[in-house]
Amino acid sequence: MKIHEYQAKQILKKHGVPIPQGEVTDNPSKAREIAEKIGPKVVLKAQVHAGGRGKGGGIKLVGNPQEAEKTAKEMIGMTLVTHQTGPEGKLVKRILVEEALDIDKELYIGIVIDRAKEAPVVMASSEGGMEIEKVAAETPELIFKEYINPATGFLSFQARNLAFKLGLAGDTFKQAVKFIMTLYRAFEATDASLAEINPLLVTKQGNVLALDAKMNFDDNALPRHPDIREMRDLDEEEPLEVEASKFNLNYIKLDGNVGCMVNGAGLAMATMDIVMHSGGMPANFLDVGGGVSEEAVQNAFKILISDKDVKAALINIFGGIVRCDLVASGIVKAAKELSLDVPIVIRLEGTNVEEGKKILEKSGLSFHPAGTMKEAAEKVVPLAKP
Amino acid sequence: MSIIIDEKTRVVVQGITGGEGTFHTQRMQEYGTAVVAGVTPGKGGTTHLGVPVYNTVADAVENEGANASTIFVPAFFAGDAIMEAAAAGIKCVVCITEGIPTFDMIKAKSFIKDKDCCLIGPNTPGIISPGKCKIGIMPGHIHTPGSIGIISRSGTLTYEAVDQVTQLGYGQSTAVGIGGDPIVGLKFIELLKLFKEDKETEGVILIGEIGGTAEEEAAEYIKAEFTKPVVSFIAGQTAPPGRRMGHAGAIIAGGKGTAKEKMEALEAAGVFVAKSPAEIGQKVKEALS
Repeated sequence: MKIHEYQAKQILKKHGVPIPQGEVTDNPSKAREIAEKIGPKVVLKAQVHAGGRGKGGGIKLVGNPQEAEKTAKEMIGMTLVTHQTGPEGKLVKRILVEEALDIDKELYIGIVIDRAKEAPVVMASSEGGMEIEKVAAETPELIFKEYINPATGFLSFQARNLAFKLGLAGDTFKQAVKFIMTLYRAFEATDASLAEINPLLVTKQGNVLALDAKMNFDDNALPRHPDIREMRDLDEEEPLEVEASKFNLNYIKLDGNVGCMVNGAGLAMATMDIVMHSGGMPANFLDVGGGVSEEAVQNAFKILISDKDVKAALINIFGGIVRCDLVASGIVKAAKELSLDVPIVIRLEGTNVEEGKKILEKSGLSFHPAGTMKEAAEKVVPLAKP
Repeated sequence: MSIIIDEKTRVVVQGITGGEGTFHTQRMQEYGTAVVAGVTPGKGGTTHLGVPVYNTVADAVENEGANASTIFVPAFFAGDAIMEAAAAGIKCVVCITEGIPTFDMIKAKSFIKDKDCCLIGPNTPGIISPGKCKIGIMPGHIHTPGSIGIISRSGTLTYEAVDQVTQLGYGQSTAVGIGGDPIVGLKFIELLKLFKEDKETEGVILIGEIGGTAEEEAAEYIKAEFTKPVVSFIAGQTAPPGRRMGHAGAIIAGGKGTAKEKMEALEAAGVFVAKSPAEIGQKVKEALS
């Protein structure tokens, strides 16, 4: 799960990680009040789930509270387009008003789970303010890493190693060591999957603060962090995906027009792939679960057909433990109740497949049956063509 | 022959009295798997589905000689269950549970590292040596004893591959689901090593998907040391970056872990790569001819 910058900073503050003074608001006159309190000079930052905000006009430095109100008025309600939002952009609903600081250095600290090493890794770089993927590609020698041993946790000497490699000294060095240690504590305590401070700011006074903050969380661990789960902003997500998540369905909206409904994530991806190989484009990823209950099929149908881009649908079910005749009855029932008007190609395979096919035939509904995945894909693609 | 499990495997089911545990224990018993015990803390001393239930895995090992376990306990307790099994001396732990937090898995894997225990999963359909033993939730009847080893990150897509192979007249020596999570137990390389030594296995199907670098690592190993033919399919060629495609581990992050990279790495290692999932069986035929 992703959260906004201001929410990440609230979490960091709670764990003792230093952040700039600031407040979030959706109201321009409140922005002026905040600037009066912490300004006069402040930075206004658009709160959307996307990077590259600065270049897109989502981060503005203003000189006084009046200007803060005027600029806030322009920013709140604007559609921010960055390289991460896509051309449609994202609506700015809130801005973070923060004190403007005197920048001496911009550094980078990031923590992720390294899948190959099966451990968290803390990364530091002197090249803050840039995209870390770019630094990793062009100057990998400027990224320093410390892997965490799950038995001992993150150790002080590892934090010192990183702070020394960043070229810090004196009080700033001490602050940076403490910063890195507390950031890791926040990462572990919240079951985060990413904590990225870019830039990590060293002020002209030698203080160390998180100028920006990005945190993502392990969805599997969210039930044990109800406070973080509440930070989910549904406005940042695709409405159909939000709807699907209510039914515990894995649904992801894509750009094509062939709707897909499949049991199992791997088979669902493979079905999307074979649609592409047959000359079509999938409209979505949709996994109804290995078990395919009747309820899941019904809910999945609702989601599928509420996507107006879907011109034809492909249902691909490999009945293993679940029997194909039960799946077929579920499909027929759902299709009748929802009075579907898009052509549907169905491929059933596995346990009791013949009984399942008979149920589909007898239903009186005009399904297009297919024997194999390939045949199904080759049938559905022309049906989706306008 | 087969790898990891055979007719001598004695299975303890952790979480046997729960809904999923009960259902799939029955299916395993029907298949002929020797389920010798169950574990549900607090229900020790009772009998369920005709097998004795114990409070701890250690008791099941001591009293019934269990040497493998399968886990059906809820996600937040599954990491602990893996470690309990390993501590009790279980040699093979098959964790079916989906949705285990990553940090719990990091701890569990670190715990079992120096123990004589192999972990399969989590978030896996399990492992089956057709005709001998099935530990997990896959439909037993679609499998046939034979000479193809299968290693996969997926469930139903594996059944698809099994089905295609069976239609062409090949059976399977052992089929292993390694799990769809970012951190899992045995991975491609460890299993390829076992298949290399297994005389019955003539070729291997490796079913990967987007996310991580396990397929690339497997490709390096295959190029350097693996002598039997390998067929592969990578799911997620049309998956958008940054999105978790159902499996917690199936995500292209920071531009890394794409299907294209994996397919290229495997092709460079001499693997027969099926571009479409419908070609898996055909590629096996090609590879073995």
